[in-house]
Amino acid sequence: MSTYIIKRLLAALPVIAGVIAVVFILTTIVPGDPVRLMMGQRGDPATIERIKEDLGLNKPLWWQFLDFFRRALTLDLGKSYRNNMPVTRAIGQRIPLTAKIALSAMAIAVIMGVTLGIISAVRQYSILDYGSMFVALLGISAPTFWVGLLLVVLFCVKLGWIPGTGTGDGSWIYLVLPVITLGIRPAALIARLTRSSMLEIIRQDYIRTAWAKGLSERVVVMKHALKNAMIPVVTIIGIQTATMLSGAIVTERVFSLPGIGRLSVEALINRDFPVIRGEVLFLALIFVFTNLLVDLSYPLFDPRIKYDR
Amino acid sequence: METKPVMNPRTAAGVKADKREGRSLWMDSWLRLKRNKMAMFGLFLVTVIILAAIFAPFITKYHPHEQLIWTEGKAAQLQPPSAKHWFGTDIYGRDLFSRVIYGARISLQIGIASMAISVIIGVTLGAIAGFYGGIVDDLISWLINVIFAFPFLLFVLALVAYLPPSMMLMYAAIGIINWASIARVVRGQVLSVKEKEYVEAAVALGGKDFRVILKHILPNVLAPVIVQATLGMGDVIMLESALSFLGFGIQPPTPSWGYEIDQGRQFLLSGQWWWSIFPGFAIMSLVLGFNLLGDGLRDALDPRLKR
Repeated sequence: MSTYIIKRLLAALPVIAGVIAVVFILTTIVPGDPVRLMMGQRGDPATIERIKEDLGLNKPLWWQFLDFFRRALTLDLGKSYRNNMPVTRAIGQRIPLTAKIALSAMAIAVIMGVTLGIISAVRQYSILDYGSMFVALLGISAPTFWVGLLLVVLFCVKLGWIPGTGTGDGSWIYLVLPVITLGIRPAALIARLTRSSMLEIIRQDYIRTAWAKGLSERVVVMKHALKNAMIPVVTIIGIQTATMLSGAIVTERVFSLPGIGRLSVEALINRDFPVIRGEVLFLALIFVFTNLLVDLSYPLFDPRIKYDR
Repeated sequence: METKPVMNPRTAAGVKADKREGRSLWMDSWLRLKRNKMAMFGLFLVTVIILAAIFAPFITKYHPHEQLIWTEGKAAQLQPPSAKHWFGTDIYGRDLFSRVIYGARISLQIGIASMAISVIIGVTLGAIAGFYGGIVDDLISWLINVIFAFPFLLFVLALVAYLPPSMMLMYAAIGIINWASIARVVRGQVLSVKEKEYVEAAVALGGKDFRVILKHILPNVLAPVIVQATLGMGDVIMLESALSFLGFGIQPPTPSWGYEIDQGRQFLLSGQWWWSIFPGFAIMSLVLGFNLLGDGLRDALDPRLKR
């Protein structure tokens, strides 16, 4: 087991290095002078020169790259051009809200998606199967922000069940709609994948054996089939959790929430490059780590894996 | 892919000859696809929207930029859907039906252009990785994993923010980021196809690598690429609408569905629902069309999968 973990960890390192390199390249292709951008029209040449010196922008490119690399590894992502706040702190302030919404949304998506997926597979070609798969298809085809807007109109304006957008007094009720909005797409994807994965498994010989032994449907489905069908599902859960953090950009815009999504939009509008760069890097690293966790969870579902690779 | 009809094996075996023509693999797939009602509905949605985009000037009564407040006064503002304005009008008195129809052009352009870039990069790199293996494969696979790690939307937003505003650059930015899933599929397929005897034979006959890949391997990995590209169209169209919704996409006054939804947002709350609702349905229909078609193609092109 431990060799498996170490192998997976080692495999993630080159990806992390690559991510940092790509982010650096993204920074260096900025047309124009970043210091000029940050100073605007103000700024006399002497100040600009001093800031450049401070930021190491006068050093050769390879030096800047190694420096950026070293800083990135220690999570020193530089300071915002706008308010001089360290990027790590800016992200740290905004991440709790986004994480709360994203994780709740994922929890709901997993429960709903897996349940619907199982039911659809076990009752293939039933009304329930067609119905839930059609809804799932709509779920992956409708733009998230548009669905969010519709929910606002329905629940805030027409029905008045939810006081409005924003965080209000900090009550959980304000997070209900963002959570649902963000959860629809992953729920739909998980439902579709669980269904197809289950359909493949329930045709296997060992499932026929389980039936033949006279086991109840509950045991066959939940114990024998589901566990084996979970690997692709867990994979998509990992990918979607990380994707949701960037999906928060539109959701937070719809619901006027101050999470990392809004931080990105603000940074993009202000051309606050260190913040954009920091966020891209941060989210990419989260993706790598979530997938690492997913990889490490595979042996729980299929014990053969830890010996195989 | 060989498209010449093959001999009916039953005829060759001496069984009573029937009049049936031999069918190519593609014809078989098309027949399977035709039987799939959902896929046909998807194809219908996509075709209708493509035709609407092409013939937009003939379908619409107004130019999408035409502000009727200049000719008809304030009464032309925010009119609900009517016989005259099927989808109503916006705050400038522009006909929303026209804007939605012309908006299809942007969505389809970006979908097709950036997907073409992704397919070219993805197929090339995927084929090279799968065919040569070794360090080349390691490098390309590493690059695929790195690209996968980036949050798609934020990465494109960052690129768009860093690059000078231009539609071509936006297509390119999306295309350059989106190739990894195609490369991964192609690589996997090439790995299995290159072990086949006919490839071995082609190599043994002294075929050049490039020729073997192009003539013997790629035609046999085409099916999953078509599926991936069709499903990917939906993602790209959704991405463009999100970019425009956030205000970083197509620049106004060019109509784009995401931008219309954002503009109509404030009026949604005061009861003028049409501005945001219709473009949303347009996005959903087109993406749904590509998703249904993609699902159908997957089942039709790979009959080994369940059905």
